[in-house]
Parts: sequence; C-alpha cells; structure tokens
Amino acid sequence: MALTRDQVKHVAKLANLPLTEEEEVHYAKQLSQILDYVDQLEKADTKGVEPAFNVIPHFNVFQAGETQPSLSQDEALANASNKKDGYFVIKGVFEE
Amino acid sequence: MNITQLTLLETIKGLKENKFSEEELNKAYQQKIAELNPKLNAFLVTAEGSKGIPVAIKDIIITKNIPTTAGSKILEGFIPPFDATVVQKLKEQNIRVVGKTNCDEFAMGSSGENSAYGPTKNPWDLTKVPGGSSSGSAVAVAADLAVFSLGTDTGGSIRQPASLSGVVGLKPSYGRVSRYGVIALASSLDQIGPFTKSVADARQVLEWISGPDGYDPNCTNSEFSIFNFQFSMKDLRIGLPREYFGKGLDEGVEKVIKDAVKKIEELGAEIVEVQLPHTEYAIAAYYIVLPSEVSANLARFDGIRFGSSRKNFGAEVKRRIMLGTYTLSAGYFDDYFMKAAKVRTLIKQDFEKAFEKCDVIVGPASPTVAWNLGEKADDPLAMYFSDAYTIPANLAGIPGLCLPCGFSQGLPVGLQILGKYMDEETILNVGEIYEQATEWHKEKPPLSPAKERNI
Amino acid sequence: MAQGETTIVTRQRKKYMTNKYEPVIGLEIHVELNTKNKMFCRCSADYFGKEPNTHTCPVCLGLPGALPYTNKAAIEACIKIGLALNCFTPSLSRFERKNYFYPDLPKGYQISQYRWPLCVNGYLVLDNGQKIRINRAHQEEDTAKLMHRFGSQKSKVKSQNGTQIDFNRSGVPLVEIVTEPDFHNVEAVRDYAKKLQQLFRYLGVSNADMERGDMRLEANVSVRPEGSTDLPNYRVELKNINSFRFMVAAIEYEIKRQITALEKGEKISQETRGWDAEQKSTYLQRSKEEAHDYRYFPEPDLPELRIEESRVKSLESSLPELPWIKSKRFEEEYKLTSAQAKILTETKELADYFEQTVEHGKKHGVEAVQIANYIINKKVNIEETLPTQIIEEIKNKKVGIIDNEEELTKLAERAIKDNPKSVADYKAGKIPALQAITGGVMRLSSGKADVAKLRPILEKLLKQ
Repeated sequence: MALTRDQVKHVAKLANLPLTEEEEVHYAKQLSQILDYVDQLEKADTKGVEPAFNVIPHFNVFQAGETQPSLSQDEALANASNKKDGYFVIKGVFEE
Repeated sequence: MNITQLTLLETIKGLKENKFSEEELNKAYQQKIAELNPKLNAFLVTAEGSKGIPVAIKDIIITKNIPTTAGSKILEGFIPPFDATVVQKLKEQNIRVVGKTNCDEFAMGSSGENSAYGPTKNPWDLTKVPGGSSSGSAVAVAADLAVFSLGTDTGGSIRQPASLSGVVGLKPSYGRVSRYGVIALASSLDQIGPFTKSVADARQVLEWISGPDGYDPNCTNSEFSIFNFQFSMKDLRIGLPREYFGKGLDEGVEKVIKDAVKKIEELGAEIVEVQLPHTEYAIAAYYIVLPSEVSANLARFDGIRFGSSRKNFGAEVKRRIMLGTYTLSAGYFDDYFMKAAKVRTLIKQDFEKAFEKCDVIVGPASPTVAWNLGEKADDPLAMYFSDAYTIPANLAGIPGLCLPCGFSQGLPVGLQILGKYMDEETILNVGEIYEQATEWHKEKPPLSPAKERNI
Repeated sequence: MAQGETTIVTRQRKKYMTNKYEPVIGLEIHVELNTKNKMFCRCSADYFGKEPNTHTCPVCLGLPGALPYTNKAAIEACIKIGLALNCFTPSLSRFERKNYFYPDLPKGYQISQYRWPLCVNGYLVLDNGQKIRINRAHQEEDTAKLMHRFGSQKSKVKSQNGTQIDFNRSGVPLVEIVTEPDFHNVEAVRDYAKKLQQLFRYLGVSNADMERGDMRLEANVSVRPEGSTDLPNYRVELKNINSFRFMVAAIEYEIKRQITALEKGEKISQETRGWDAEQKSTYLQRSKEEAHDYRYFPEPDLPELRIEESRVKSLESSLPELPWIKSKRFEEEYKLTSAQAKILTETKELADYFEQTVEHGKKHGVEAVQIANYIINKKVNIEETLPTQIIEEIKNKKVGIIDNEEELTKLAERAIKDNPKSVADYKAGKIPALQAITGGVMRLSSGKADVAKLRPILEKLLKQ
C-alpha cells in the first residue's frame, strides 16, 4: 500500500518527529515498500487464533516490599538541559 | 601465556591460582583496547580501573555514572543515575565494566552501521560489517578487548553478530534475564545475553545475570543454575527445520552448517527433520510488532528530563518510529498489530510442535557471512532479511545459542541452536559438546582487510 | 429531599423544553488513590505539598531502561470501586499504552486500560431514582504537574517564558470511571458526582478532595431535539473542572451555548472546552482536527491480570456498607426521614458515631430519632463530643420535651392512624411493631416526645 506525503506528515505529527521535506518524500517511498512487504500477513490464516502480545506464561505479578527512597532532587534533574528552582523547565506550552 | 586470549573460566582460574593479578589482567586488556579500538571502533567509552574482571557492556545497557548513549546522538552526554540489573549482578561477581560498546542506534540494525558514532569493523576483515546490533560487544570479544561482553537480542542482535564475528553468543529465553536498565527496543522481544569465548563461559554468565530482581515483572521464576552432570549427545534428537535451509541461504554458509550437523550426528545425536511452516511470516510479523513497540518506547526521548531534540534521531530510528506509529494509528490496529500478534501465536505453536519431535533445533544464525560495509545501508528490506533465522526465536520467546562452526570465504559462520522455552541447559550442553569436539572457537581474527591477505 | 430534586428537575426541563432541546451528558471521573506506593514503582504516592521532584525514580521519571511493576493495592481499590458501582469484573484484564505527547507525560504514553478494563457494565441509582449506567472503571497512572508561571490567565498560551514541571505526581494511581451519556440535567450530574466522592471516602480509597485534584471531572455535553432518542453526532468535552460548582456552571453554560448555536442553524463541532471561572464561560481548547489518535496497544512490560472469581467475592465481602444502602437502612431501622438519614450517612465517621450513640441511648430510653435530631440540629462536632455526652444532654436537659399526657395522646392517635400496618402487626401479637408507631410519634414531635410517658398511652390506645 502506497503512503502519500500527507499521510507521512500526519504520522510524523502523531510521532512528534520533525521531518524535513526530503525525509517526508523518502519515508513515503520506503514505508510504502515495507508496508507492501508486511501485507503478506494477509495470507496467514489466523481464524480462531488467540493473539500473543507477549510470551510469558505468568500473570498477576505485583510489587513486593516497602516504599523505596526516591532519587534526590539533584539526581532527578541531573540530565535535564533546562531546570530552575528544583523544577524541569520547558518553553511555554498550550494549556491542555 | 596470552592473558587476553583466556576464556572467562580460565581467567577466573588464573586469578585464583595467582598466575596473574587483577592489575595485570586489566592492564593487558587496556593495552589491547588502546592498540585495537581505533581500528575497530568497538568501544564508545572506556573506564579505567585495575580491579575485577573486565566486561564490555553494550551501550544500550544503563551504567551508573558512565555515559550511556545507545549509539544515538539524542543521548549524547546522558549519565544515568542507576545501574541496569545485569550490571549490578555482574558487579556482585567482581566484574568491572571496562567500557561501553558501540551498537546500532537503539539496537536498530543488523550491521552496526546505524550507530551515530561510526560503524564497528569486523576483525576478520576490516572492510566488512561485524553484524548488529550488538556490533561492539561481539567485536570486543572476538578481538580480545574484553573477557566477555553483554549484548541485547531483539531479533538476532546477539546471535547474528556472534555468527559474523566468530564468537559465542547466547540469547536467553524471554523473561530469563531482567530487562531493567536496558533501554527498550521492543519490550516483548528484548533479551540480554553474553558474548563469550566459550560455551561454558556463556553458561557461567547466564547463571550470574539470570533471575528475578523485582524490577522486571516479566522476569520471575527465572533463575538459571549450573548443574554438573555427565551429558551425552546420544540421548538427543536434533531438529533440522526445512525452512531454515531454503531460498536466501548462501551456499558456502549452507555447506558449513551441514558439515556441523554431520559432526553432531557423528557425536551420537539423532537428526530429525522438523517443520516451522509459519517462518515465512516471521519477518513481516516482526516488522509490525517491533516498530509499534518502538514508537511508544522511544516517545520518552523528548529532551526534557534527559537527552536532546527528537530531530537528532538517526534515519533508521525515524523510519521505525514512523512505521510503528502508522501501524497503530486509528483504523489499522486490527489489520496490523492484532494480525501480527496472532501470527506470533502461530510461530510459537510451530516451535511447540517441532519440540515434540526434537530436543533442540539447529540451523544457520545468518543466511550469509559478513558483508561489505555500506552494502545494504540504504535498503532497509535487504537488511531486515538478514535476520530471517533469528527473528522467529524472539517472537516465540525461546532461547538461542550461536557458536563458531567454520568459515566461508575466510569469514566466520555461526551455528544456531534453538531450545525449548526456559531450557537453556540443553542448548548449552549441545553447544559445549560440539565445541569440545571442534577447534573453530580457537581461531583468532587477523585484524586486517581480507584483500591484504589474498583471500 | 427527593421531592426537592424533582422540583428542580422539572424547572430545569421546562427551561430547555421551551427550546425543544434535551441535554445529553456523560461523565468521566478521575480519582487519585491514596495507596502508599505509586502505581508502577515504589516511590511514595504521598506527594502533595512536597518539594518538587523529590518523589521520583527512574520509573516515574520515565528514564531510559526503567520498567513498570504493578501495585496490587491500587488494583484492589479499583476493583472495589467497580464492585460498589455494580460493575462486572472480567476474568482477564490488561494494561495498555495510551500514546500522546505532552510535557507532563514522561514516557510519551500513559499506562492505562482501553480494551480490557478491570471493571465494566455497572450502574448507580440517583436520588431521583434514575439509573446511571457505568461503562467502565479502569486503572491508570497520573501525570506530572505543570506550572505555568509567567503567563496571564486569559491568554491561551499560559506562559511565554517557561513552564515548570514537577514529576512528584507522575505515576500516582488513578482510577477513571466512565458513564454512559445518561444524564439529562445538571442536578443529576451533581448528585452522581457527590455520590462518587462519598463512595471513594467510604471505601477509604481516596481523599477525593476536588481542590487538591484528588478527584477530577470531565463532562461530555451535547443536546438533541426533545423526544429524540438518537445520540447527537457530536459532543463537547469539558475538561479541567476543579469544583462541583464550576462543573455545574460549565455544563449549564455549555447547554445554553449549544442550544443557541443550534437555533441559529449552526453546526456544533466536536471539540474540547475549558471553564474560565473569571469570564464564567467555556472556551475552546482543542478542535476535532487536532483530536488525538491514542494508538492504544497492550503494555508489553506488564503481565496480564487474571482476577479469579474467589478474589472478586472476597473483595466484595470486604466492602463497607455503602452510603446509599446505609441511608436506606437508617430510614427503616431508626425511622428517620430520608433527609435525616442522608445527612447522618454523609460520612462513614458520622454514621458510625450516630449508631454508637443510638446503641448507648437504648440503655437510657433515648430514641434514635431524638439522637438524630440532636446531632443534626446542634451540628455536633463528633471529634469533640462523646456519644455518652449526647445521651446525657438529651436526658438531663429535656429541652422542649413533650410530657403532657393530652398532647402525647393526640400525637399517638395520629401516629396510629398513619401506621395501620404496624397497628395490625401489633394487634396480631408482634410487640416490636410498637417501635414503629413510637417512631411515628417521634417524627411528628420532631423527637421531643417523652418516650417513657408515651408507651403506656400507646398501649392503652392500641388495646381499644
């Protein structure tokens, strides 16, 4: 299935990926090729087959033990490029 | 004695018997790294030290206070405030992190070329790729820059570079080793495993790094213990899957693998033919499940708490994020993700049925030997096909071992041994007996381009 | 009370019916659980008012390599909420990733539930008798807190110069309860929301404080021509409402806005709107074109949940008596009016206090109704007053006690007339039926009748 450039733009927006125009064209072509390839799954007969989202045979796994000490404020902020007064700081965002 | 050529178990023994000191050991490896890393680009960063046994850690595994980049520009300068569980467990065994190894960016690649810090070179021929994504970890062991190393395997990223670089590589069962502290590629497929100079070493490392830690809920009841008992190939049925010997398999590789199978038969095992009929769908299913999970796993890289702007992702990373975002987007979930998850069940059932007839499955780990640097760089599909024999094991969660079994065109070929879920014991036994009966693992790379050697 | 409600409803309906439109409202309530640990890590969930970014770890900070690990206490609290709301607990439940980008969401996805929630298909009966269907109650994790420092209230971009992020709240357990679009007036919405708040507190799963943000409301509002049963083809989502009062105001405003638009022949678009408390109006936050595509898929890091029936049963039996059931019981058992019962069951603590006092009162011939009146009228502070003190006060002061035989006889005669069934029972030999008739007298006398003197009068009258 061929992806249009508009679709690529839309997907890039969902994925929060800033793409150049050149990349958009490039990915439209490459993603189409890959999708063409994966489309062969249509041939696999999966009627009545349960999906496997993971392979682990267990379930109901819960935290054990007490509350643990958190990172210090300095440790938490150590890798941030922009911080002030104990907070991470970003440029203004639109109110959600 | 050449200290850096010793296996892990030999190194432990040597230290115990005071044949050399930890200082001498570390110095020998440091010299080796200083000498060869500029040629090979296996390490992104090294950490000086004179204590403990030197291990190389794939840079996708978090190390406290040691920069961790996952081969990406986006994480340049990131210094983690914690150790991955596997690193912590190794430290408890007097193992020292000697450096972080190069890899395809976020483990996305099969050649090592997708690293933002330049490709790692294959020590058997410096013009070839070493395989990926755990390129640096494979090469560090192949070129004796570390006693052993850790890599990750999501679709073959341990077994395929082990094959192309001529070392032992083990992908444990999914859930055997805690993934805590390993930067996620595809969460339902990722496993951590060792590259070693012998199968016995791999067994030892697995014992160290396996087991629950309370931080990876998919890793419970997962302890692996070494049992010492007499073992013979005579009790074993070895499955040969028709699907792993078809179109796409290089003739030279096929011959080497068939010779290895013959050797195993000579050692007393029974060879049986098995079928894995849904193998043909594995790559397609994988390239839906993986990018989908990737698109979410890499969403945390927003440059706020760590790292830099998302525009700094490399081309393959962006490609997979885009692909996965698309396959999960409104209206496509059932056709792509759900369908792939069902095919995954079929592939898992293929193995379950095959293992009713045999104890392990053997075949090639890679359809070809190492290829030229740059050869598949802009052909993603061609690159994806190079993992055709390793991907199914990840989809099914079963363990896989790759060990040296010969050469084709002067380049190493690896034999892949797949086992039942949580039965690493048997594949390690088969591998060890084969290894003891052959000399392939003793070959050392020439560390030069093949054309200079007239091959 | 129920009657009062109906009056309001009727008035409300009339107001809109003249426009020939009926509101259709669905509610989403988020409640933060008061578990010790966060939802998927073992950081303390007690974050409120703490220094910023001091309650985080690699997991809730979304650092590379970190993995979630499920908090059992939160799961059980979610199931309890579901059970209290008459939900079914499917045997298989899964977490999923809800993908979207926002600076308060460290992983770029929220671990939530979509296709396999913990609790489904419940309902809650309101005071007006309406049954509100509950689509689901599911478990998820909270986001970080954004603080827009330098911007003005009115501008849409809250801060030009910087937004601060505190991740202490990130990963605190959150339960979301989603109704079907069953509300047709704001009073029902208010009653539902208040009942849920009361429920959370009864269950002890949350402080459910709106101002602190423990409990958050979102309403989906649309209107349709009166008489129509189809769901409108649009809905406006009202978000970020931090009090019951604002929620009612926002919904009322929105209903008016939509009717006005429809009457002008305008098409209303699917969008998200916020409430501006200063302007007393709703404002556009996000239009349909910008609508999210959350790309849910099963969370691969977490094993699935299989809730055994026996576990559900044991959680069900651990539920306290629910406020609306307690209230009904108070009416019947203590012969209280529904208004009295409702007040006395507002909190579990008050209800328990009342019952303790009643128990004590029995020994001193003080009736439940007297106690109810006393507690309600005197606005007794249950922290400071002992139940015994109340009984003492009622006994000693006898304030306004009716012990006049003539007056008591009049009251008794009326109570006998009002309770023919109890009278018949009593005459058939069921002596406890006398309690019901005594209760009737108490109600008529607002609890002031002297029970000791009343009893022989009642017995005499009933023998006739």
